[in-house]
Amino acid sequence: MDFLSPILDGFAVVVQPENLLYCLIGVIIGMLIGVLPGLGPAATIAILLPLTYGVEPVTAIIMLAGIFYGAQYGGTVTSVLLRLPGEASSVVTVFDGYALARQGKAGTALGIAAIGSFIGGTVSILGLTLLAPIVAGFALDFGPPEYTALALLGILLVATVSNGDKLKSLISATIGLLLATVGRDLFTGGERFTFGSLSLADGLDFVPIAMGVFGLGEILYNLEQRHKAVAAPARVANVWPSRPDLKQASGAIGRGSVIGFFLGILPGGGAVLSSLVAYAVEKRRAKHPERFGRGAVEGVAAPETANNAAATSSFIPLLTLGIPANATMAIMFGALLIQGVTPGPQLVDEHPDIFWGVINSMYIGNILLVIMSIPLVGIFVKILRIRPGILAPITVLITLLGVYTINNSVFDMMLVIFFGVVGYLMKKFGYEAGPLVLAYVLGSLLEGSLRQSLRIFGGDATGFVTRPISGMLLLVFVVVALLPAIKKLWKLRRNGPGPGVPGVPESEDKLTASEVRKTVDHL
Amino acid sequence: MTSPRDAGDGGSHSAAPVTPPVADELSLTPEQLAVEWDEDKPAAAGPLANVASAVVGVIVGVAGIIGSIGLGLGTPEEPQPGMWPFIVSLILVLLSGSLALFGRGIADTEKFSHNSWAVLGGTLTLVALVILVPVIGFEIPSLLLTFVWLRFLGKETWKMSTLLSVVVVAAFYGVFVLLLGVPLPHLF
Repeated sequence: MDFLSPILDGFAVVVQPENLLYCLIGVIIGMLIGVLPGLGPAATIAILLPLTYGVEPVTAIIMLAGIFYGAQYGGTVTSVLLRLPGEASSVVTVFDGYALARQGKAGTALGIAAIGSFIGGTVSILGLTLLAPIVAGFALDFGPPEYTALALLGILLVATVSNGDKLKSLISATIGLLLATVGRDLFTGGERFTFGSLSLADGLDFVPIAMGVFGLGEILYNLEQRHKAVAAPARVANVWPSRPDLKQASGAIGRGSVIGFFLGILPGGGAVLSSLVAYAVEKRRAKHPERFGRGAVEGVAAPETANNAAATSSFIPLLTLGIPANATMAIMFGALLIQGVTPGPQLVDEHPDIFWGVINSMYIGNILLVIMSIPLVGIFVKILRIRPGILAPITVLITLLGVYTINNSVFDMMLVIFFGVVGYLMKKFGYEAGPLVLAYVLGSLLEGSLRQSLRIFGGDATGFVTRPISGMLLLVFVVVALLPAIKKLWKLRRNGPGPGVPGVPESEDKLTASEVRKTVDHL
Repeated sequence: MTSPRDAGDGGSHSAAPVTPPVADELSLTPEQLAVEWDEDKPAAAGPLANVASAVVGVIVGVAGIIGSIGLGLGTPEEPQPGMWPFIVSLILVLLSGSLALFGRGIADTEKFSHNSWAVLGGTLTLVALVILVPVIGFEIPSLLLTFVWLRFLGKETWKMSTLLSVVVVAAFYGVFVLLLGVPLPHLF
């Protein structure tokens, strides 16, 4: 039973009062921002990065993880009660959740969502516990060529699977890679793109970029939006779902857990995609698909289970390979680097306290969430009454004063403003911020391992293809890169160019994940 | 407590999204909802915006290429500092170029409206804050920023804005200076 002892030690880490407290703070903040439309989990975690400097690495990551999966819970509440998805991952929950609320079954919808989230989260943590050490062990043999291929694949997947236009997402990723080259060249020591500035000599800091592009960019963007007045929410009664409802939802919860777990691992997958796929699967399986959108319990259970499962399992690539699977994980990666911890295969051996502490904290966090979410519904509804105009100056001050406290640097504050404007303009022009931040985080790893590999191969790039694992990964890379073109050809062959109005689904049974995803974009 | 903002704002601009009559039915199908959300979406800025952003990409890429060559490229085996940024910049130029050529029809851009001035104004107050904080401490600049954002960007009442901005700055003083002892430049 040797392999169990680090897991049990992990629990010892979690139950330390300080860690429990930060876990609680994390999930509460997560639920709050999940309820409030506007600021997403990535933005919130970015804004709160300076907070993590003062605490232990484990404690910091436990809190940040709590924000992430807490937000998946919170997003449900506004979807069901107000038809306003608090988070992109709760968009499909609106369809049946709001319909249930209109039938006076808001409590049932929220209760099912909470139970599904808890089960999905727990299944995913179990999978994480079993799978993560195996993946990490496998990856220990990875050399620079494998990391080159893995980083390339990660960036490509995040750019192509994300919501926005693929070409624009790739441009955004390339700019991230370019930003990562600013500063000293690790191999030759030569300065790059510093323009003689002392502040740039060590490169751009990750924190001002993340805080600017995600945090301030989103705040500025929200300034421009005219928010609808919040309507009076539906009444919430009898939160505990009835036995027939539970029975009906149980299959959806089971399938949602599995779908969420696997899509969460995939780079670029994550909570949003898995909620859409889980919904689509349930609708396709159903004997009476017309029930969906009119208050089917499964329509709430499946996406809510899946998004929580995915939020949890997306930690696997980060903790085992050091490759973040989505934008939020990229910020987690940055947060760990700030703490002097480099995520990767060696993490489980070198920092077992962090590895198992974070994983095990999720058990506790999920229990906290399921206990708190239902009784707190009343408070959430009150919070929704706070006008966004009041929150904006507060978040902006937290961002700017917060970033100053890291290095006592006015330059960092200016950087945040600069990247905030960049983030705002990117949003206006349809560019996703996620690929930029992710590519920035992976930039130096990618360049470093590419140059090391070429040195190993004596400058011969075919070495990448002949090594089995890097060759495989590059093959996947090529397939993913060419997939859109292949699909187009396939369609042309089969039935000629379809009429198709973009963004408007043609008929009910054609509402697929990608079509719903388009509606996610402007939330 | 009803807010004057909510009451007054509805009629002031024609684009105010009023709850559509469809919502009175018991349920909306996903399709109706998707269409409704599409209607709420800000107007797309058209092909010119895509081309303009592509041009920015090309300019950044070309600048990157020129800078990289200046740093020296070297050989694949013994690369100089400029090699990697050169490759990345080249890809950026290629991607942005193809966006300019083939991506004109992408409809995910948003038009700037008169509300966009709020963003510019907000950004200027942030720059002012950053310039003033090292000189006179964070209290007065933060107070002014909060007030301006509440009163002019958030359309709160004069009374509410004054009261809230004082409370917010006091709270920040309490947390940052008294509780955490952060070395933030402060006047008091």
